[in-house]
Amino acid sequence: MQHTFIEILRRALDEELARDAAVYLVGEDVAAGGAFGVTRGLAQKHGTARVRNTPISEAAITGLATGAALCGLKPVLEIMFIDFATLSMDCLVNQTAKYRYMSGGQLAVPLVVRTQAGAAGGAAAQHSQSLEAWFIHVPGLVVVAPATPAEAYGLLKSSIRLGEPVLFVEHKRLYTMKEELAEDAALPPIGRARIARPGTDVTLIAYSAMVQTALEAARELADAGISTEVIDLRTLLPLDMGTIAASVSKTHRALIAHEAVLNGGVGAEIAARIGAELFDELDGPVNRVGCPFAPIPFAPELERALLPGSADIVRAVREMME
Amino acid sequence: MTELTLPDWKDMYAALWRIRLFEGHVQRLAAAGEILGFPHLSTGQEAVAVGVCTQLKREDVLFTSHRGHGHVLAKGSDMEATFAEILGRRTGLCGGRGGSMHLVDAANGVLGATGVVAGNLALAAGAAWALQAQGRENISVVFFGDGATGAGAFHETLNLAALWRLPILFVCENNGYAEFTSREEHSNVKHVSSFAAPYGIATQTIDGNDLPTVFAAAGAAIETLRGGAGPYLLEYRSKEELAEIREKCPIERLKRYLVERGVDPEELNAIGERTKNEVLRAVEGALEAPRPDPATVLEFVYRAPMLAGISG
Repeated sequence: MQHTFIEILRRALDEELARDAAVYLVGEDVAAGGAFGVTRGLAQKHGTARVRNTPISEAAITGLATGAALCGLKPVLEIMFIDFATLSMDCLVNQTAKYRYMSGGQLAVPLVVRTQAGAAGGAAAQHSQSLEAWFIHVPGLVVVAPATPAEAYGLLKSSIRLGEPVLFVEHKRLYTMKEELAEDAALPPIGRARIARPGTDVTLIAYSAMVQTALEAARELADAGISTEVIDLRTLLPLDMGTIAASVSKTHRALIAHEAVLNGGVGAEIAARIGAELFDELDGPVNRVGCPFAPIPFAPELERALLPGSADIVRAVREMME
Repeated sequence: MTELTLPDWKDMYAALWRIRLFEGHVQRLAAAGEILGFPHLSTGQEAVAVGVCTQLKREDVLFTSHRGHGHVLAKGSDMEATFAEILGRRTGLCGGRGGSMHLVDAANGVLGATGVVAGNLALAAGAAWALQAQGRENISVVFFGDGATGAGAFHETLNLAALWRLPILFVCENNGYAEFTSREEHSNVKHVSSFAAPYGIATQTIDGNDLPTVFAAAGAAIETLRGGAGPYLLEYRSKEELAEIREKCPIERLKRYLVERGVDPEELNAIGERTKNEVLRAVEGALEAPRPDPATVLEFVYRAPMLAGISG
């Protein structure tokens, strides 16, 4: 049976609440089901002490979840939109990420901050951003961005059990995507990418919803006789350079695609690493596809004009193959 | 509340001196370039640290601000390890990774100082939430200056703490200055305790330089907290505008208080001398402690098994 991304997230949270009494859900509206219904029914099942609503105070609730994590809880904090994580940044950057280090290993912050990001039609400039690159700049954080419902299930569970502060970035465009969940699948390790589609001519590196776009492009390229290997990063911090290196050593071409703007993005980091570590393997320059340098507009025609799609990826790959 | 005997008061007299002398060494060594960074001294604010922290249990948790040496010592952390941390030594509380503004002594309930004004308030509320959720009778205490009341996180945290009836004691050391600007230039709200009222948080503003007053007020607040009455905000003032503040130095005031109760001044002088030697030994021990091994610089960014996988 197929389940949506939202249903599968709910199941993962439900099972982790049942499995570990230290797990608590906290955030705005979580006891009421959350803005997208991810936590619907969990307060009824596990009680409002375990699934706890907060005021709209992102700075305070991020500190609250961090302080609770220092004292034995394993909170899963929901920040409704990654755009609002700007209000959590002081705590996440200055406190949460640094606690283990600053304390010389005395304390840890087993915390998952679930948030959702990306454009999905009409959410406009303050509810559509892809800000994950800001967080990969901070030592001490872990950043996870699943690409499918089944992946989200395993990665969320692994994140909750990791014992480190994890920013778990869900893409709102994936929320309605359906997938079957293998009952006996092993949980994916944090920090390991996966090959979403094997190929031999070019390595296409993506994460989150852009993996679906990359797979669409790969199918089109296959029709044109180009074999594309699609890597789903799964974890943006730490970056799995091993999987990237193995693929690029085979294909000798690399393209990184993400929805975030190119400037200072995750792709820039990966391109630099490939250039520095795999230069001799490359048949040509590493290329990137991403959002042009503009805020996300409201009108659908404008949003479509801005967002990178499979056509952009196909075009970039074709240029690289010439 | 605990009734204090004369020996208890003499211990607290020594505790005041311990902080005063410790900070004196910090000041001296910072001026000499032996201590780097931005150490903030709590000289003159010893009574609040001692009056509050000596009433905490080891399992009660403490969050302090950038001006936190006194609180950490008064909670009972090892003096030499605390000084070694401020010096950045391997034997310091945090192995030299934290320094003056990031003291942590988890085993003693000191869960952190913060270099970001108001950054500790929500952390302390979170710790209080964990204590509440775990059904423990311990409390969370957070120290901050009046400058923190300008930050949104202060107001957000008061609201949340009141709403959830968290076992948290907010202790404001209102020295009348936020950075180098007087409170009058920062806010029309004269008393920090005024902010507690709209949230229904119990509060008191008192003279922070008189140890018996501090001890009594903190003891009463802690008792209500342990009884589950929800958060409490104590505001300690140290500026002359409070009529009852006749003299600023908390050590002199406690001395007079004890002499009035029949303690021989010579005995108090002897306590001061003994403490001087005790602090000096700790400081000398810390100065002789080894410096951190540069090869360990990447340890503790993540837990060890993850480290291998982390390449940024």
